[in-house]
Amino acid sequence: MPARGRPLVARYRRSISIIFETASEREWCRPVDIIDRRPNPHGKNLENRRRVLQRARSAVQTAVRDAVARGKIREVGQGNAISVRADALHEPSLHRVFSEGMREIVLTGNREFSRGDRLQRPPGGGGGQGSGAGQAGEQGGGEDSFRFVLSRDEFLDLFFDDLELPDLLKREISTTENGVPARSGLSNEGAPSHLDLGRTMRRSIARRLGLGRPKPAELLEVEERIVALEALRPASAEELEELEDLRERRGMLRQRLARIPWVDPVDLRFRRYTIMPQPATRAVMFCIMDVSGSMTERMKDLAKQFFLLLHVFLERRYKKVEIVFIRHAESAEEVDEDTFFHDPRTGGTIVSSALELMRTIQRERFPSANWNIYVAQASDGDNASSDTSRTASLLRDDILPAVQYYAYIEITGSGAVIRGETDLWRSYRAIADENDHLAIRQVGDRKEIFPVFRDLFSRQRDTAEA
Amino acid sequence: MDQIISGGGTPARFGGLLYSGNDWNFQTIRDCYDAIEEIAHGELGLETYANRVEIITSEQMLDVYTAHGMPVGYKHWSFGKRFIGHENAYRRGLMGLAYEVVINSDPCISYLMEENSATMQALVIAHAAFGHNHFFRNNRLFREWTDPSDILDYLEFARGYIARCEERHGQRAVERVLDAAHALQNQGVNRHSGARKLDLKAEQQRAKERRAYEDSIFNDLWRTLPAEAGGADGAAEAGHARRLLGLPEENLLYFLEKNAPRLAPWGREIIRIVRMIAQYFYPQPQVKMMNEGCATWVHVYIMRRLHELGRIDDAAYLEVIHSTSNVINQPGFDMGGGASFNPYALGYAMMTDIVRICTEPTAEDRAWFPDIAGNGDAIGTLRHAWAEYRDESFIQQFLSPRVIRDFRMFRLSDDTAQPYLLVDAIHDEAGYREIRRSLARVYDPGTFYTEIEIVDVDLLGDRTLKLEHRTRAGQLLQARDARQTLDYLAALWGYGVVLNEVDDQTGAVLATHTAGPVQ
Repeated sequence: MPARGRPLVARYRRSISIIFETASEREWCRPVDIIDRRPNPHGKNLENRRRVLQRARSAVQTAVRDAVARGKIREVGQGNAISVRADALHEPSLHRVFSEGMREIVLTGNREFSRGDRLQRPPGGGGGQGSGAGQAGEQGGGEDSFRFVLSRDEFLDLFFDDLELPDLLKREISTTENGVPARSGLSNEGAPSHLDLGRTMRRSIARRLGLGRPKPAELLEVEERIVALEALRPASAEELEELEDLRERRGMLRQRLARIPWVDPVDLRFRRYTIMPQPATRAVMFCIMDVSGSMTERMKDLAKQFFLLLHVFLERRYKKVEIVFIRHAESAEEVDEDTFFHDPRTGGTIVSSALELMRTIQRERFPSANWNIYVAQASDGDNASSDTSRTASLLRDDILPAVQYYAYIEITGSGAVIRGETDLWRSYRAIADENDHLAIRQVGDRKEIFPVFRDLFSRQRDTAEA
Repeated sequence: MDQIISGGGTPARFGGLLYSGNDWNFQTIRDCYDAIEEIAHGELGLETYANRVEIITSEQMLDVYTAHGMPVGYKHWSFGKRFIGHENAYRRGLMGLAYEVVINSDPCISYLMEENSATMQALVIAHAAFGHNHFFRNNRLFREWTDPSDILDYLEFARGYIARCEERHGQRAVERVLDAAHALQNQGVNRHSGARKLDLKAEQQRAKERRAYEDSIFNDLWRTLPAEAGGADGAAEAGHARRLLGLPEENLLYFLEKNAPRLAPWGREIIRIVRMIAQYFYPQPQVKMMNEGCATWVHVYIMRRLHELGRIDDAAYLEVIHSTSNVINQPGFDMGGGASFNPYALGYAMMTDIVRICTEPTAEDRAWFPDIAGNGDAIGTLRHAWAEYRDESFIQQFLSPRVIRDFRMFRLSDDTAQPYLLVDAIHDEAGYREIRRSLARVYDPGTFYTEIEIVDVDLLGDRTLKLEHRTRAGQLLQARDARQTLDYLAALWGYGVVLNEVDDQTGAVLATHTAGPVQ
């Protein structure tokens, strides 16, 4: 905005009421700037905000994980507010607090008191803050907790800070499909829109200097001089001679100017792009859950927590994550999310039915060449005893070779009851000993969900293998 | 008047309505500014710095809040924390943003929110660009303690310097120094000797010299030596050095900047920056009530005059009255007001009352204020008060029985030895002076600043820094905060720190806080 000042004197002369006509006019004639700052960059404090997160990182992380432990993953992941304890961000200072002795407090709004009245001391220490504490209280030192609103990305970053998908690389390379253009140096041909103007002109200048292209101004000067000399008449011999020289020089300059172009095709430089293969980041997640009579609502809820965690985690790593829900009792069926979690069913348990269905779906719709395949299975470990061996062989021979990662969560009973190992657990464990990408864990309580999850995906696991 | 003759169609600049309705544009603001300036300078005789009015969005207002109203600031997480706090409160509707923020600088910058209606823009121009501006320029405290002409440049310098330090020495290292300096910033001002003028050129020059000196003495060999190689002072030298240190010293940051033995030169410069900025803000809390009262009184006066002169319509004037009465509302102690006075309310009430005393004094006023009662120069009296007083002395001098009655003030005596609170003064003849004295004490900087002095350094021993807080029993430092702050202090000093809390009367040590030397 242009700043504009107007002298006010003229208008004061005819203004309505001037008391201090003689007040130093120079003082109040100084112009006012009115500036529109709205287009200025916003977000001056983004960097400071980032530093807060960094400083309170561990506190924020704890808070984030508490939020998840309370079981609101979806909502929290959508960018919810979290509170951290204020002392993580406390700014101490030296300040006095009143604890005992005499003090006087002046208040307003007296309606009924007269001198000598005795008032009951209000609970919580006196009619107000000690005046010494006022300063610090204002700066937020007195708060118990501090609220953040995190964006989804910030949240997930903190949440999954040290977690990594196992064996991601292997499959990504085998599933390259798309390419994205990436800068790769310069070339001397290309589309006009890729012209690198800076480099082109740099080369043009070098060439013009090297070949001695005259400056247009030089030619102009010569021409002006010629016109001036031609206008002189009669002209002296010297002047005629000079005129002759100049004409010759003009011819030479014109020739050179015409011969040496301002920008020559050899100057042109274009930015070059090559198509870099971009790994296709598609993943499918199979959620397999036992919904037989032995699975209580509480157990299903735990399983759900785990599935949701896995889903949020995969969503962060892959652009596209498909989910297939398979539930089973005596037989397995593919269902939608709602049915999966909420529709009660009862009956006996045959785990292999679910694995078979999973394998069928995978072969039909998610060929392992194109998809990263993850399987999460939750069960209470109950299985018809005749079925266990079949389940194990199905898992070992058919499923594990095709999938990226297979996590099995066994939800133990009330937590108070310490159970022995189930048949299913025992046979899975035997397979897990041979296969790194089968992970099995037991979970007894909601609090354990996240630690187990972290345990499954913690980065150390990767590095240890490498 | 013009506008009566030619109806509403008179162009603003010829004395008609400045605007109508809520919408404003830049011409409206300019017209309002000019009309307000006429009254402010012409009728009130205000002397102001040149004004700069900037229109900003609510988001930018949050940024301005964060930096205590300063337009530029260095990066530190504490600002982010403040920002998040304001942002949360604002987004959840707990806090309305101010209509304006004004900066004590020359030119004086007022930020106006774009959401304001035309009337509010006019009101805040009167309030900030003239009321506050006049106060900044004329009040003794601001004149003595701050130098508004250089502050913006200095902040720019500070930001640049700290950013360069971060590049050179790493964000963590800089943050450690800043954290520590911030913790001590209330003890980083000269309270008794006035501030020297900021001289940006000299500041930059000094920073450069420091840097050059660092470079010139750099010798890669020394780097491998233990850091505290030169500690072999003799006894005589120690006594001499103690005198040179200028103890006792109330300005902890100044002492550290000059004397901390293990501080890197850039660390000293950062401490200096924090100290300079703290010094700049030092007067503000001491005159807050007067400053707000002055600005409110000025905007009420100017808006009333604009209305009388036919420059704003009745609707606009009602809006002025409405928002002003919101601002100067003082809830009673049991209506959410608590023990705190609304500075706008008290300041405005006292200033309105001064006008009344000057123009229509009662017998009571003549008895209480013989020197100003009925002197007929209300504006001159106010201008004198704005220039020469701070909150404490202003109350001491001008709080009238009338205002005490209007606020229905009363005083509680809180003795923790008693199970009850005693009402020992109310708004009656016997209580006026008591209340006035107590209220003035609330605004006494001595009560809201904690004064701590460095009294000694163990120069021959382990270089422990000894501090003293003179206070009385029951008014000790908050222990946890004190410990943490001393840790910071020890980190800057490089050796141990001991803080004794000493009874002012008896000299008995009431509490001791220590922080060990840091490695």
